[in-house]
Amino acid sequence: MATLTQRYANPTRFMALSGRLLPWISVAAALTIAWGLVLAFNVPPDYQQGHTVKIMFIHVPCAWLASMVYAVIALSSAGLLVFRHPLAEVSAKTAAPIGAAFTLLALVTGALWGKPTWGTYWVWDARLTSVLILFFLYLGLIALRSSIDDEALAGKLTAVLAIVGIVLLPIIKFSVDWWWTLHQSSTRLTSTIDPVFRAPLWVMALGFLLLFAALHLKAMRNELLRRRVKALTLVAVERSGGAPAPKLAV
Amino acid sequence: MDLGPHAGVILACYAAVTLVIAGLILWLVADGRRLALQLAALEERGIRRRSAKSGDAEPEANARI
Repeated sequence: MATLTQRYANPTRFMALSGRLLPWISVAAALTIAWGLVLAFNVPPDYQQGHTVKIMFIHVPCAWLASMVYAVIALSSAGLLVFRHPLAEVSAKTAAPIGAAFTLLALVTGALWGKPTWGTYWVWDARLTSVLILFFLYLGLIALRSSIDDEALAGKLTAVLAIVGIVLLPIIKFSVDWWWTLHQSSTRLTSTIDPVFRAPLWVMALGFLLLFAALHLKAMRNELLRRRVKALTLVAVERSGGAPAPKLAV
Repeated sequence: MDLGPHAGVILACYAAVTLVIAGLILWLVADGRRLALQLAALEERGIRRRSAKSGDAEPEANARI
């Protein structure tokens, strides 16, 4: 019996399923984020931070996604190298720009939040520096893939870098415990956050997770379309009497 | 709504997130439309994948693209 991943290894089947799911996930993401924003802008000011606590409701989901998307890339890369799953490479490739965007947002919102809270936009502390390295790692994955014309080779080399880079995720997670940092320790959602702030944070986190799912599905569909256009362009070139050009960039 | 003395910082954060996410969405939608048009133009010229039989071009899948 085929597993779920084997069943949807067929890009055509994936396109059909994702085409049905994408509108629902997109609407769910929009509604959940809208609900989260209503909750976020109706919380009372924090006794220490005042209204700047509202930044938490976008900064924390972005920071969580920064690491989570990288884990998706690493898992997809393993799927490519170990199981040669045809969609794994598409997943890894398309998640990288989205992960870079969320990491950039975590850095920018964190820096802006830092000014009123810590008195500075930036310090070279362990958490901030490790997330900055994660951002550069995302850029490195994108640059490495773009620099190699052979897509299969580019996919494999990028997958190796992605798997090596996963060592950064526990460093980011435990940096606030291993080193004395300006950044606060890990938030324990059930004990260290007042319930009045917990609900909007959970709702926004769920909304951002759905948003990532929608963006990733759409990006994967685009990538499959791009490959189909490339394949048909090669057929057109052959038909017009040109020599087959398997490495033609489209 | 009074956001206190750091209203500018709070609004700048929300504006940055809105801009970047809106940019991502617009980029993906525009890219998808451009590719769908390119694919439609190729198929209109009768170009099919080498593995596809003539008249068997996965109409269901293509219709959803």
